[in-house]
Amino acid sequence: MPALGVVNPYYLEIAVQVGIYVALALGLNIVVGFVGLLNLGFVAFFAIGAYLWAIFGSPQANQFIAGGLFPLSAGWFFIFLLLSVVVGAATGVLLGLPVLRLRGDYLAVVTLGFAEVVRALVNNLDKPINLTNGPRGITPITKPPLFFQPLLDVLGIQVTPAQLYPLYFYFLVLALACVIVIVTRRLEESRIGRAWKAIREDEIAASAMGIPVVKMKLVGFAVGASFASAVGVLFAAKQVFINPESFTFMESIGVLAMVILGGMGSVPGAILGATGVTVLNLQLLKGLSLWLNGLRQSGAVLSIPLLGDFAWSQLPAQFEPAKYERMVFGLILIVMMIFRPQGFLPPQRKR
Amino acid sequence: MALEILPQVLVDGLVLGFMYALIALGYTMVYGVLEFINFAHSEIFVLGAFVGVEILFMLESSGNLTVLHPAFVLALIVMAAMAISGLAAMALERVAYRPLMGGPRLVALISAIGASFLLQDGLRLFESLWRNTFYLTYPTMAALDRAVPLSANLTVPVKSLLVIGTALAMLVGLYLFVNRTRMGAAIRAVAQDPDTASLMGVPVKRVIALTFFVGGAMGGLAGVLFGLHYSLVNPYSGFFPGLKAFTAAVLGGIGNIPGAMLGGLLLGTLEALAASYLSIFTDGAFGAEYKDVVAFVVLILILIFRPKGLLGEKVREERA
Repeated sequence: MPALGVVNPYYLEIAVQVGIYVALALGLNIVVGFVGLLNLGFVAFFAIGAYLWAIFGSPQANQFIAGGLFPLSAGWFFIFLLLSVVVGAATGVLLGLPVLRLRGDYLAVVTLGFAEVVRALVNNLDKPINLTNGPRGITPITKPPLFFQPLLDVLGIQVTPAQLYPLYFYFLVLALACVIVIVTRRLEESRIGRAWKAIREDEIAASAMGIPVVKMKLVGFAVGASFASAVGVLFAAKQVFINPESFTFMESIGVLAMVILGGMGSVPGAILGATGVTVLNLQLLKGLSLWLNGLRQSGAVLSIPLLGDFAWSQLPAQFEPAKYERMVFGLILIVMMIFRPQGFLPPQRKR
Repeated sequence: MALEILPQVLVDGLVLGFMYALIALGYTMVYGVLEFINFAHSEIFVLGAFVGVEILFMLESSGNLTVLHPAFVLALIVMAAMAISGLAAMALERVAYRPLMGGPRLVALISAIGASFLLQDGLRLFESLWRNTFYLTYPTMAALDRAVPLSANLTVPVKSLLVIGTALAMLVGLYLFVNRTRMGAAIRAVAQDPDTASLMGVPVKRVIALTFFVGGAMGGLAGVLFGLHYSLVNPYSGFFPGLKAFTAAVLGGIGNIPGAMLGGLLLGTLEALAASYLSIFTDGAFGAEYKDVVAFVVLILILIFRPKGLLGEKVREERA
């Protein structure tokens, strides 16, 4: 993959995007797949992480903290990565505490509402104190430090930061995803993981067996949230610019579709699902749109037997497959639920 | 200044509340019977709005809009929207929900979300191919735009009265339907216990389909009224009204018909008050843009302190 990326930076960009979604899907997989809690506002935690670094890793924080200390230097990136785990877990607990006694579908609506509240806040907290710069978003956000550059100089490899960063982010995302996979695996095998699955299968039986249901649900919520938040920090640093537009309901559903497609409760499934959906969105649908646009401009005519000719140029300009992400997700969700609710790579049942 | 606008704010809030209540009736009907949140209900609502605007466009382009009596035009678009929305909700139940009944709740819920997205972009696709745009504006009907002045500071447009009148009529009609007719009795029986009802000779599947039809028709009606009142519709305009109607249903006690109405009215009024007064009371720091947040805060508070809702009945826990 990285070798390919050096040849064509576009593929590297897609690989990084895939990695970000893989990490997000792994986080949501804990909440939905292991504990069985439908969270429709997962993107809120992602947004919290992203804004955490964006505010302090850019001149934005000078708006409300005097002294001109910001942006923080690049080295702070890793500290904020750790900090975001804590902040994510804290917000997860904060939201979870009041609502986790609720039944599944109420929880779904409340999490959805929570995500909308977070979006309304980042969208409007440019007054009375300018925290988030509102709809205009925050830029420039500091990138992580190139701490290995001296080493490359010693080795005699001359590369500019512009060439280096895509590759660097690729490895950062890869490392983050690996950490998440390892933590998930360890949790899955532990007492906590088994308690989660017991709650998912039958909450009443689990609580009868002495599992502290609400506490375990909270742990699951917090772990998922902290992963999403850490991914958010990385996302902000990679994008350099973030605004509320990146954190819509659609993103939550996209990540949910990935988890369901791959197989709820399955780590390889979440990875497969995230890769599949991201490539579908970024490559296939976009490709189809470009192809149709090309046809529209080429003046070609399609001859359909019995129906006569159809000039491609008559195709309405508003018709663009890349804009129909929701429809594709909707179809995927329904068809999967009817024919294969366990996903493509369902978790192996261990005895 | 703050008090002078209060009557107008309250009236606007009531109209909004009746709108929410109408949508909430659809959620509550389905929830009452199946204990299942029909996530696609907000799109059924938008579908109704689109049926209404398409028929008005047709009448307009054939020159009949100004010729026909407004009451006839209204009746026509309301009937069409109710029929099509109702049928769509029935079809949805058949395709996306019925195969999943009896499985885990999560599965049906996700399928409902999928259906909601499919309908959103399906509408967008249709309008894109048909009109090359999907942001539609309702043609104006002069009869509806007249306003009735009640006092110096307060005028009520005819279309607001229409919303209030229809909502009240629907509330009474639905209440009588559920509590006084044979079909209503069947619906209540299925809501109590589908297995026993089926032993008693109630055709459970047909009753569920009927429930979806009635709920969908309510949604369609609300959609037309929404379109007539606020003029602009697009395939995504169901999201916030849908969420708020759901909040209203939970607020009043989901599954409870008068509760949906009460919840809708409270929420609508609260939202109108927030939109007008938040900025005055916080000295401009927090303005009308936070009105959408109010609904979610209400939802969370209600779920914490009174999960059954204001008029809620005992919730059957064993099917949780």
